[in-house]
Amino acid sequence: MIDKDFIPEGVQRCSPVQFLVWLAFLGLFLLWGAIAAINILWNGLGVTGLDNYFGFGLWITFDLAVIALGAGAFFTGFLKYIIRIDELKNIINLAVIIGFLCYSGAMMILALDIGQPIRAWFGYWHPNVHSMLTEVIFCITCYLMVLTIEFIPIILENRQLHKVTLIRNLAHNFHIFMPLFAAVGTFLSFFHQGSLGGMYGVLFGRPFAFRQGFFIWPWTFFLFILSAIASGPVFTMLIATVTEKLTKRKLVSFQIKSLMGKISGLLLVIYLFFKIIDTWAWAKGILPKAGFSFEEMFNATYGQWLLWLELGLCGIIPAIMLVVPTIRNKPGLLYLASFLTCSGIVVNRFVFTVQTLAIPVMPFDKWFTYIPNWTEWATSIMVIAYSAVVVSLAYRYLPVFPQERRLNNS
Amino acid sequence: MSGIMQIHHKFNVKWGMVIDIDKCTGCGACMVACQAENNIPPSTKSFDRLRTVHWLIVYKLSNGKNFPNHDIAYLPRPCMQCGNPSCVSVCPVVATTKDEEGGIVSQIYPRCIGCRYCMAACPYHARVFNWFDPVWPEGMEKTLTPYVSTRPRGVVEKCTFCHHRFQAAKERARAQGKNPLDLAEDDYIPACAEVCPTGAITFGDLNNPKHQVSKLAKSQYAFRLLERLGTEPQVYYLSKRSWVREQGDNYLEKNEQRGE
Repeated sequence: MIDKDFIPEGVQRCSPVQFLVWLAFLGLFLLWGAIAAINILWNGLGVTGLDNYFGFGLWITFDLAVIALGAGAFFTGFLKYIIRIDELKNIINLAVIIGFLCYSGAMMILALDIGQPIRAWFGYWHPNVHSMLTEVIFCITCYLMVLTIEFIPIILENRQLHKVTLIRNLAHNFHIFMPLFAAVGTFLSFFHQGSLGGMYGVLFGRPFAFRQGFFIWPWTFFLFILSAIASGPVFTMLIATVTEKLTKRKLVSFQIKSLMGKISGLLLVIYLFFKIIDTWAWAKGILPKAGFSFEEMFNATYGQWLLWLELGLCGIIPAIMLVVPTIRNKPGLLYLASFLTCSGIVVNRFVFTVQTLAIPVMPFDKWFTYIPNWTEWATSIMVIAYSAVVVSLAYRYLPVFPQERRLNNS
Repeated sequence: MSGIMQIHHKFNVKWGMVIDIDKCTGCGACMVACQAENNIPPSTKSFDRLRTVHWLIVYKLSNGKNFPNHDIAYLPRPCMQCGNPSCVSVCPVVATTKDEEGGIVSQIYPRCIGCRYCMAACPYHARVFNWFDPVWPEGMEKTLTPYVSTRPRGVVEKCTFCHHRFQAAKERARAQGKNPLDLAEDDYIPACAEVCPTGAITFGDLNNPKHQVSKLAKSQYAFRLLERLGTEPQVYYLSKRSWVREQGDNYLEKNEQRGE
């Protein structure tokens, strides 16, 4: 059997040589990241740009960002299998793969980020029920398992594997139970997306992040859920579009893309409504109570421009662009709005992670600036390269996009 | 301020420290004593609080005025052993607790996974991470304190009020048939308080009226760091200079109480 026998029927793919060159190109980034990872594991976290003031940095920002953007998997699954928006079947496979990559990639980074990776399982063995991070450990590991279960039937759809009766039946049964996994995934995702926000909201020693809330959940708990489900669908759609540009083939109809944009836009409006109220209440309530003014939360590096970038340019503007049909239905503007939405969520995760730690809480302390070094960049880029490899393999060998044949033959 | 995160821990014995800033000369003896007592490896490069392991650090405070009105003060900062610790509730693996009579916040090194969430939670920067393996110059390992475990790279550590000395004091009390939870003032004293040449650091049980600290903590010149946040530190500071007291917390212009 040769390469083309594994390629789904009726679709065009590049030559094996071209594909290998592409994989080799990605391999360079994987190698660079692997060198950095070995350096970190061998010598200790001292080789990174992290320090006693910035215990969290690029990696945690990256993890939070990809987990938020990976929310397209559970939310699209929820809409497809539970709410039954059937058109989403055309993008659900990609959403699942992106979700799997985001979560498995975050796990890889976490394995480097914690000082004692061999003790990672202690989260299960000595769980602290009061810690939001315990809940995150539980939910993201469980949800990664759910995503793996959701990914398996897509792999089993491969043309050659599908010829085996046992595998074909297995794949069929997986599909039957998919609504159940979608429901479990939704439950798990809601909680850990929330707990990631809760992680910051409970930091009553850090006035920048601290929030009051409902029962045991600070408001950031709910805001992180909302922002994740607002950005996840358009991120999945953007990846589909990037894949289309790179492969020069139509994979998802514009109608579906626009639908994803509409879903994100509506959720973004709801998110921003609460986020703006939250920001106002924080500036007028929490900060004065802690003895701080709004202006004291910013300096020349971590300036107010970050807040206006997050809420304005990457918040209100893309929200308007996505909810107004005439704007949303223009491809260029839809992609731009989607990109801005995703960027806004990344900025949000960045400020909660880094700016929280940069602000001097003790009056006699000073501002510090965090600059990630090459080891942190290389390992983060390694995860992106790993994701690109998996998406490339999935695109080449699995029937990921149900509309592809129709869209390219017409 | 801490609101929904408020967890109060009540103890009959509450070990605390009162540091008289007006007596502190900034000599750093407390830092050195702490390093030696608690097996903190000497830094190979110059001291960098962002990377070097330290449990106690002396901050330099300034009133920000020009000569001849310029004034400075030194503020030694151990772990505050907070009554409502921001670090304990966040630890995902129960590697730091406040559950022992005496109210000292523990750090369980063999359980710490090194996630550094507690460091993000602590507004005092009392927690540090072991960025590299600890190394002692050859021969210096013979000076290690046998009652204090050394820590590997990849875990967080912090001041424990020389907890091993507390353990030893309790053992002695038991051996002498005394109540280990009713120790006299000098039975248990951390290395920093013992070594301070000007006697700026007073240590004892804040709940015991026989201990000096219980009186000093109630002084009109006493203050705690960042009281507004609701962490309830067990470390108090004293200063007759109002500008020093004001630097213990953040105040807005309209705030009435300004360290008086």
